[in-house]
Amino acid sequence: MESLDSVILTILLFWPLVSALLVILLGRSDSLIKKGSIWASLLPLGLSIYLLFAYDSDSGGMQFEQFAQWIPQLNAGYHLGVDGLSLPLIFLTTLLSTLSLYYSAGVINERVKEYFFLMHLLEFSMIGVFLALDYVLFYVFWEISLVPMYFLIGIWGGENRGYAATKFFIYTLVGSVAMLLAILGVYFATGTFDIVEAAAAQPFAGNLTLASLAFWGFFLGFAFKVPSFPFHTWLPDAHTEAPTAGSVILAGVLLKLGAYGMLRIMLPSFPEASVYWATWIVGLGAIAIVYGAFVCVAQTDLKRLIAYSSVSHMGYVMLGIGAAAAVMTPDALAGAVNRFGLSAQAIQDSAAMALNGAALQMFNHGIITGALFFLVGIIYERAHTRDLSRFGGLATKTPHFYGLMLTAAFASLGLPGLAGFWAELFTFRGAFAIMPYWAAFGTIGIVITAVYILYRIIQNVFLGEYDPSKLSHWTTVKGEHADGPTDMVGFEKVTMWPLIAAMFLIGIYPTPLVSYFNQSARELLAFVQSLV
Amino acid sequence: MGDLGYIAPELILLIGGLFIFCLDLAYDPGVGKKSGLSYMALSALFLTAALVAAVLQLNISDPEAGPKVAYSMMTIDNFGSFIKVTIFSGMILTTIAGGRYMNRRSGNQGEFWTFFLMVSLAMSIAASANNLVLIYLAIEFLSITSYMLAGFLRENRRSNEAGLKYFLYGSIASAVMLYGISLLYGATGSLYLHDIAASFSEILGDSTEVSGLAFAALPAMLLILAGLGFKASLAPFYQWAPDTYDGSPTPVATYLSTASKAAAFAVLARFFIVAMASFEFNWVPVLAAFSIITMTMGNLAALRQSSVKRMIAYSSVAQAGYILMGLVAVTSSSPSAMDGLNGVLLYLFAYLFTNVGAFLVVMALEETVDSTHISAYRGLIMRAPWLAVMFTVFLLSLTGIPLTGGFFGKFYVFGAAIQRQYFWLAGIGMINAGIAAFYYLRVVREMFFTSEGEGETLEVPMALQTSLLICTVVTVWIGVYPSAVLDWVSNASVQLLSVVP
Repeated sequence: MESLDSVILTILLFWPLVSALLVILLGRSDSLIKKGSIWASLLPLGLSIYLLFAYDSDSGGMQFEQFAQWIPQLNAGYHLGVDGLSLPLIFLTTLLSTLSLYYSAGVINERVKEYFFLMHLLEFSMIGVFLALDYVLFYVFWEISLVPMYFLIGIWGGENRGYAATKFFIYTLVGSVAMLLAILGVYFATGTFDIVEAAAAQPFAGNLTLASLAFWGFFLGFAFKVPSFPFHTWLPDAHTEAPTAGSVILAGVLLKLGAYGMLRIMLPSFPEASVYWATWIVGLGAIAIVYGAFVCVAQTDLKRLIAYSSVSHMGYVMLGIGAAAAVMTPDALAGAVNRFGLSAQAIQDSAAMALNGAALQMFNHGIITGALFFLVGIIYERAHTRDLSRFGGLATKTPHFYGLMLTAAFASLGLPGLAGFWAELFTFRGAFAIMPYWAAFGTIGIVITAVYILYRIIQNVFLGEYDPSKLSHWTTVKGEHADGPTDMVGFEKVTMWPLIAAMFLIGIYPTPLVSYFNQSARELLAFVQSLV
Repeated sequence: MGDLGYIAPELILLIGGLFIFCLDLAYDPGVGKKSGLSYMALSALFLTAALVAAVLQLNISDPEAGPKVAYSMMTIDNFGSFIKVTIFSGMILTTIAGGRYMNRRSGNQGEFWTFFLMVSLAMSIAASANNLVLIYLAIEFLSITSYMLAGFLRENRRSNEAGLKYFLYGSIASAVMLYGISLLYGATGSLYLHDIAASFSEILGDSTEVSGLAFAALPAMLLILAGLGFKASLAPFYQWAPDTYDGSPTPVATYLSTASKAAAFAVLARFFIVAMASFEFNWVPVLAAFSIITMTMGNLAALRQSSVKRMIAYSSVAQAGYILMGLVAVTSSSPSAMDGLNGVLLYLFAYLFTNVGAFLVVMALEETVDSTHISAYRGLIMRAPWLAVMFTVFLLSLTGIPLTGGFFGKFYVFGAAIQRQYFWLAGIGMINAGIAAFYYLRVVREMFFTSEGEGETLEVPMALQTSLLICTVVTVWIGVYPSAVLDWVSNASVQLLSVVP
């Protein structure tokens, strides 16, 4: 296995690109493209599972690293590596990609070749962002992830797709260019594009103005992607118009890129600026939690509701990251010790817990919201509407669908025993010790979440008496006429069950997953503490 | 060979132009005859020979050895050779693609391709000229041939308008420029760029106090900038550009917005960096202001266009603003990897292939459905998938999305601006990138987001497809692996910057 390990990341990264090219070159019939794509996507999934086991968590740090010269004039290299933070996210990416391809094979019948080509390209770019340890490489993958998603929304999306796709592209592009300027700033300060080396060199250390400028450049890029309040306005449109698999990937992985960037780049590279601006991050996160939840309650479109719930749930991630950032440096830690009268160790544990909560929330949100978007897609294929007022009493008609939706929705509101609970617990436990008022404010969001999940989704759609006059034009998933709602069919169940199983698994026994995140959270905190 | 060898590219073009001109006297093929294409083929052949000569010069001149001078008025350095390679590549691609287009619209093939080679010759001279009179003559030569090419379709009113408008603006611009040159001559007593630089640095000494004849420098600089800015279509001298690009035959619009611009930037760079080195504190803010106005005006105007040809015309004005940003951030002392001049050259090179490609797509649509309106692009993916995909590559490159040449161009000019700490300039560039994305994406949206037109196919001529393919491959190649181009670029700029006193 030695020789495999030395190139495994390159295979993992480029296989989806190869798949995409094969779709274009060899895709003679739709069914061949669909089958081939699903089979091809199993390789990256398998590799990412292998990596989870092969990663040596005792020694930690970056592993399976690869390096090659790319643009020697700029000192920019092809540098890949994985650690405890990126590994689970890569697994999430490959899992959701395979499930999306599988589900899409059942429902996409138009322009199949282009669709599967773009899906593979999207997977390529997302894996690239998680693997890249070089700023130029990172930026390249970051930007090209926009392009396939733009086309996925624009070609296979709903009625208003052109508008939504353009809005998505331009919002994220403006954020990315701000990040590009910050990257260039870091380059001129440190002379390298290597993310790890640049962080070790501490760009702009001691110059808070320039560090803040770079910090906000990166923050704009990441906040547009997360999306953090008030940069979230592209998200409801993009989600509502995107095809089901597009929404799943968008919510499941693309939003994580922003939070991942904050953890990978912002906190280690600009610790002082991070401490200085931490309250802002926490505040924006807490506001997003509460604001997003309130907006959900007011939605009449089921998909838009789930989309806004993403704004709310990604707020937890920001809250956790911001809280940990606030006590990262030795100075800030000493200050916190004085303020709260806790031991330094207790505060550090809280910070690590907040980081774990944030990372866990990233993973869980990918699983849970991915599942919810699949479920919305499943009902949309039958009802051809997402208007909440047209549904009601589906529990008796579609019991299987009801059961799965119930599980995913409860996971989303953080029911103990399901995945979402641990992330919320960790985040709030960690944040409460550091920023008690903002954390307390954020908890309002949990209550409101229960309102929209129980009232808007469960009660509105499933409970009560089924009234056929509300919606008369039901079809089966194949588009044939049906007298009423029909329950999930085979391929939909196969798509859903892995995600549901993951929710239970993580809900009951989160330790293996948390240990990956904890590894890198501790490393991050230790790295910042070790800086003088 | 001596000096004669140094000007080999120019000689080849001169001989080629005269040869086609004489051939035209003896043989007139008439409108639309296949044999009219033979002039195009000849022209492509001579341009290729000139390209080979320029590439050889790029390789033989050692960056350490310093530039060579031919007939005292032309500097043969890596900078000039790189610009020539860029220009000739664009001209060849345009020639191959545009042969059929011109042949169907005009009977005077011999004349057209004579002018085409002459215009290449003029640009080539401009790229090397180190004497203000030769610069003036080259620019004037370039202008006059361009006026004729822009108005070449005599029966077409739009083409006439294009030529006339270009001529009226252009003649004023060159008069203004000539006045600037005479001021400089009066102040320094020389027309050679390096002599002007030497005499200015003598007048100024170590002080930054402007005194005596140095006062003439600022007005002279502005007047010359007006003349060159006209050629490079910088705001506020760009008003001619959209009308001229839109009305000229598309092959002419293609080179006017790419090769001709590259020549103008070469002269701009040589003039400011060499002759005006002592006045950097003066021209940096001036050029920065021009850069901001140019990109903003170009982008805002492009937002509202419904003709794709016109939209690309305005977009190429905006692109000139980005290129200028690189020139603003030139570091004359201690050149670094991300020097502004590197940015200018890399941007020009990537932009040339991208924009030639974009114009060739417009040409393809004109050839097949005879329209430049955006509605003609609706559902293009269904009718001509490869054309739509290639156009998307060009549009993404113009937007500055990675894995295309345009990205590294922007990367370098933004990088240069950040290096000099012109954060506001980079910030305005960032906002402009967002605005520009909007109108580029509008075309992508039309091409892809509908399945209309399924089943019909467009027959794009083979030669045009070949040119398009080359443009796409080069655009992507620079985006994926820019190392090779970066070597040429830095050799070129190091040599230009090394002569700065």
